Amino acid sequence: MCGEHGNNCFVHVDSGLPPVGLKCVVNGEEIQACVDPTMTLLNFLRNELKLFGTKEGCGEGECGACTIIMNGETVNSCIILAVEADGAEILTVEGLAKDGELSILQQEFIKMDALQCGFCTPGMLMSARALLDRNPNPSEEEIKEALAGNFCRCTGYIPIIDAVKSAAKREREELK
Amino acid sequence: MVEKEYRHIGKSYLRKEGQEKVTGQAMYIHDLELPGMLHAKLLHSPHARAKILSIDTSKAKALPGVKAVLVGEDAPYLVGLYMIDKRIIARDEVRYQGEVVAAVAAIDEVTAEKAVSLIEVEYEVLPAVHTIDEALEGKILVHEDINDLDYMKGVFFPQPDSNIASWNTTKKGDIEKGFAEADLIVENEFTLPAVAHAPMETHVSVAQADPYSNKLKVWSSSQSPFTLRDMLAKAFNIPRKDIEVVIPYIGGGFGGKAGIHIEPLVAVLSKAAKGRPVKLKMTREEEFNQLPTRAGMRGRIKTGVKKNGKITAFQAYYDWDSGAYADYGVNVGKTAVYSGGGGYEIENAEIHSRTLYTNKVFSTAYRGFGHLETHWSVERQMDIIAQKLGMDPFELRMKNILKPGSRTLSGEVIYQHTGSPSECLEAVAKEIGWTGYQTKEERLEQFKTGKVRGKGIALLQKAPAMPTNTSTGAIMQMDEDGGVKLMIGAVDMGQGVNTAMAQIAAEELDIPVEKVEVSWEINSDKHPYDWNTVASKYTLMGGNAVKKAAQDMLRQMKEVAAQVFRAHIEELAHKDGYIYHIKHPDKKIPYNKLSRGYVFENGNAIGGPLISHGVYTASGLTNLDPETGEGLPALAWTFGAHGVEIEVDVETGEITVLKMASAFDAGKVINKKLVDGQVIGGVLQGIGSAILEGYKFSSDGTLLNPSFTDNKIPTAKDAPLEVVPIYIENEQVDGPYGARGVAEHPMISVPSAVGNALYDATGINFHSLPLSPENVALRIAENK
Repeated sequence: MCGEHGNNCFVHVDSGLPPVGLKCVVNGEEIQACVDPTMTLLNFLRNELKLFGTKEGCGEGECGACTIIMNGETVNSCIILAVEADGAEILTVEGLAKDGELSILQQEFIKMDALQCGFCTPGMLMSARALLDRNPNPSEEEIKEALAGNFCRCTGYIPIIDAVKSAAKREREELK
Repeated sequence: MVEKEYRHIGKSYLRKEGQEKVTGQAMYIHDLELPGMLHAKLLHSPHARAKILSIDTSKAKALPGVKAVLVGEDAPYLVGLYMIDKRIIARDEVRYQGEVVAAVAAIDEVTAEKAVSLIEVEYEVLPAVHTIDEALEGKILVHEDINDLDYMKGVFFPQPDSNIASWNTTKKGDIEKGFAEADLIVENEFTLPAVAHAPMETHVSVAQADPYSNKLKVWSSSQSPFTLRDMLAKAFNIPRKDIEVVIPYIGGGFGGKAGIHIEPLVAVLSKAAKGRPVKLKMTREEEFNQLPTRAGMRGRIKTGVKKNGKITAFQAYYDWDSGAYADYGVNVGKTAVYSGGGGYEIENAEIHSRTLYTNKVFSTAYRGFGHLETHWSVERQMDIIAQKLGMDPFELRMKNILKPGSRTLSGEVIYQHTGSPSECLEAVAKEIGWTGYQTKEERLEQFKTGKVRGKGIALLQKAPAMPTNTSTGAIMQMDEDGGVKLMIGAVDMGQGVNTAMAQIAAEELDIPVEKVEVSWEINSDKHPYDWNTVASKYTLMGGNAVKKAAQDMLRQMKEVAAQVFRAHIEELAHKDGYIYHIKHPDKKIPYNKLSRGYVFENGNAIGGPLISHGVYTASGLTNLDPETGEGLPALAWTFGAHGVEIEVDVETGEITVLKMASAFDAGKVINKKLVDGQVIGGVLQGIGSAILEGYKFSSDGTLLNPSFTDNKIPTAKDAPLEVVPIYIENEQVDGPYGARGVAEHPMISVPSAVGNALYDATGINFHSLPLSPENVALRIAENK
């Protein structure tokens, strides 16, 4: 325990440095914690908050499996520190479905068979979500550009691109 | 022939696990936590070949939080699928840069990593075997004890005092006569580098080994629950009943997670750590430089042809740069002797396929193993022959293509029901509008614009490479509400096997697909046996086993219903969830009334819980003759073809795939949406091999590109603008509903088709992969 945050404190002091306080909102829930200053945001989400939906594919910011949305922007959570999320609003794959119902984007991923092994899917969904939030009517080129940082070894991307296209269309029609 | 109407077969049902995968609920081994679980980290050899003079682990052992530190002497176990040649941890000698030299288990990853950094190893660096030619020379032996190694006899042929892990041969007809009859002899050399499988989930295993008994439980990201159990039992010399293998969702395999990999190492760590569970998760760098690859290969091909294009002789030396251990590599090499001539009728053939030990990261199975490699050679060779004959490469292929009555390299007779390569080739040629090569003048016109377009075609074939007695089983149980639980031994890693098997079960039982649940998380203690989830063999084999399980269940229900109706079992039939009397169709019992036995009005009960099973074993397969390669290796041939149109940037050498038409004789498509997924995904993996991927080694044998930064795989921007999957359905007589496997095939001959299109576009024949911008731009510049 760090002594400051009572039961909310996850002491996992890897570096030997003094833990640092962290406040953020994850999928709408306020989180108060203190963490090792060297801990990555990915490890904070997975190991401390037990949100295992976000995956680690390379740990080097190359493959995009760990993509989350922080303050409206996609980030590779494996190469930023948890403490950088202080004051931030974070959305992970676990926050996409609302009130027990899958989001349109998730529904379209299933419908278009935009996933096979599923390991890249959470990161892919987050990149697609961020794209549609800033550009509700993206061109095929813009979709490819937005997903180019997310590797998928199974699908060949075409079904994913199709899913994003049809989700964009449905969102424009249904979420006016 | 009248098309049979099916209720579920051929319908594009959505994959059953989609919802779990889009919500982050799907749990992989990466996500597995167990009480008391320790974390492992490894120390790797920095040298391609060296003697280990000493290892000092004292500082690592003294670090607080460290629970086990192991070196080679602590783990004296040999493993190997076909050649028993690999130690769990290197001992005395290291054979590739990246080989495991020591392993640590500690309370967390950081502590384990720190402990690894405290281990001191003294090496004496030795000269190493870097190339195919050095391996063949045999001045240095990667395995000095090759003569003493245990191996699968009669199937593989290690050569004494050499680096040849297996030398397999084909000798068909009279090769001398064949070349003597030829009007033209064409000789070429083709090469391709090693590439990575690059599953998005790196290899990861958790093991818990009881220190007081043989009991061992392993959770692994593996394609091979039962082969893994088998290999662990052999390595540790313990009974299979004491080993439990659990496989939940796995994040991609592509062959790289077949067989046995990090599991025994994690098991010995757990045992050393007094039975605490240990987790070992490979880093991406380890995935590249410790875990196996697809082997690099060199094909030297000599083809004799008549002026009319008829092949009279085919001779090939396929040499596989297979790295330090044989693993699947020898079996990859073996495919070349029965499939390394491509889908053509060849009367006179001689093939030598040599799987070579080199001091590099070793190789294993990779999607369609052996075939992308040999097809790169054969299908490029066909185009070059066509150029020399002044013939359309489509015509040349059609002249020689396997057709009913032809014999394969191993002597197997082709029938209409074997599948039709020509229908596939015709379909892709039509789809891309193939009319032959463009003329020199047309090419020159295009060059002026800075972008040149070209089209290419290539044939492909593959049959599963598997033991002659490969088998599988399925178990089915019916619930009180008429729902069916199906248990199979195959791992669904995204290829959709569980969805397809649910369709087959529902088809046979004539119930809605939603009523069938295929049990996820394979557990070797509970699920029925299946050899391995590899080789595109499960749809045929597992599909038959599931069909038989369903038929067994129907028989059980009819036996009970016959007593209820006081009728003969032959008078009963089933439809839409009921067993009914054929003469009195209103006499019917719903399945759920039989699921726990039938209860009469007075309370008497007959029958019992409905539990059925079905098995399937490959039939009629033989080992190949060691000299001639003759025999029946193929459970089923799946033929196919690719037709591609590309655009090449003359300055940058960058290739854009505009359109890829891919046709396969799938026999019968069980689920089009899922098969489309295999085709589109496989095509892009093939494009990765064609234009992007490849290992690069320094002159001292160090892997130079062990990361996604330098060893790129395709992104969304590399996807073809259009992929057109085409299915031909010449039904497989022993396939379920006529189906045969198709999951690996979309990758095969993609590089060849792209290479052929590159000739059409530029007038240059490329012989080496990858067709990267750098390689293409340089050759274009040279040819200006």
